[in-house]
Amino acid sequence: MEFGTSGSLSEDGIHVDMDRLKKGEVNLGTSIMAVTFKDGVILGADSRTTTGAYIANRVTDKLTRVHDTIWCCRSGSAADTQAVADIVQYQLGFFAMMNGKPPTTQTAAAIFQEICYSNKDRLSAGLIIAGWDEHHGGQVYAIPLGGSLHKQPYSIGGSGSTYIYGFCDSNWKENMEEAEAVDFVKEALKEAIKWDGSSGGVIRMVVLTAKGADRHLYLPDTDYKVRHT
Amino acid sequence: MPGFDFSNYNRNAALHAQGVPLPKATSTGTTIVGCIFEGGVVIAADTRATSGPIVADKNCEKLHYISPNIWCAGAGTAADTEFTTALISSQLELHSLSTGRKPRVVTCMTLLKQHLFRYQGHIGAYLVVAGADSTGVHLFTVHAHGSTDKLPYVTMGSGSLAAMSVFETQWKAKMTQDEAVKLCSEAILAGIFNDLGSGSNVDVAVITPDKTTLKRNYIKPNERTQKLKSYKFARGTTAVLNEKIIRKEDLGNFVSVQEIHVAEPGDKMEVDV
Repeated sequence: MEFGTSGSLSEDGIHVDMDRLKKGEVNLGTSIMAVTFKDGVILGADSRTTTGAYIANRVTDKLTRVHDTIWCCRSGSAADTQAVADIVQYQLGFFAMMNGKPPTTQTAAAIFQEICYSNKDRLSAGLIIAGWDEHHGGQVYAIPLGGSLHKQPYSIGGSGSTYIYGFCDSNWKENMEEAEAVDFVKEALKEAIKWDGSSGGVIRMVVLTAKGADRHLYLPDTDYKVRHT
Repeated sequence: MPGFDFSNYNRNAALHAQGVPLPKATSTGTTIVGCIFEGGVVIAADTRATSGPIVADKNCEKLHYISPNIWCAGAGTAADTEFTTALISSQLELHSLSTGRKPRVVTCMTLLKQHLFRYQGHIGAYLVVAGADSTGVHLFTVHAHGSTDKLPYVTMGSGSLAAMSVFETQWKAKMTQDEAVKLCSEAILAGIFNDLGSGSNVDVAVITPDKTTLKRNYIKPNERTQKLKSYKFARGTTAVLNEKIIRKEDLGNFVSVQEIHVAEPGDKMEVDV
């Protein structure tokens, strides 16, 4: 094999293998969603984290707080999404201190987008940002792989979401009551977990309203019927 | 900021392109575990270090000191676990000196994850971080790419599957210290016996809010014993076909001789009986 002497790495015959980058990475092969309802928003997620075929964590918490009533659902690389969420949590904490009032969901989503878009070739992060604020009530923003930002009435994401597009489209209603919305999220995630091999474990939820954040946990032991804590 | 020197990166890439193989790193093909109990946390590790198919060290130490109340078990590339824990240990010591407070486990975990994330997985350190601080008892895992998990019981390394099977069948909430030490060492034994990358002895560290106890070689299930039979050859087994004696004074005829005086002999090499 002949190698050039141009000094340019790829011309000189150095093979750049994109698959080699980030091998053995911890993945959130995931089912996540967030929905708006009458009084706010609900975030939901499964709890499976995988490294290849091995489940590295069966009770993962993919719903991450970035401010009191602004949370995000993480999918893609665990390391990337944790790093991004940690930066945003810092930025929003700083924002609240400087302005003496909590940030809006849109502000949070814009900070997320800035990070995801400007580092698009280095990150594999699919995020759903959901929050409640005084002015706009409950809101949901989706930031898929390229770093675009979409405001939506509800959003689904992760590998398991492909199985529930039909379910969500047929069963989604605007301005649901809280109990009805919790049921919608739970039934959708039950289907995603059932059909997607990379999703599983428990169902975690966070309800964001004027009253603050309320956490739900549903175990497969009781067929996701009973609410624990 | 302290960090790594990448000035040889292009030279190495060019050598690699010409077919020069990469040097093999000593990897701790490992079993490491951790488990929280009522009032503290236990971490444990095996003591085998491997380089490809060769056992590089039969009794290495995989439990690393971070601070008196925080310890770390390391799997992955031996050099990387050694140096990242030492680096973060140093940063935490300075931090604790400047704040006048004992370091927290979350602080240690955050420093580790941010350091590892910066190097995008090229630093092959997979760690179990355990400790007790003013906010309670904590147990984390940190992967090489910078992701972290917080769990009541954890396993890592090539023997993690064997060790996890022990935890998943025997773990219960609110264990005593003795129960937790027994469970962790049994999980390591599962790795030692069922995983080729793990072996030799069990090291255990117990951390409580007021004391840390390091139990080096807590269990030694692979002691070398005297051979049942001697394999020495009897004198005269090999026949002498001819004999030629060269006297010391005559050596100068064949090679140039220079006398060297060794003051103190170094460590004696270990030789089988």
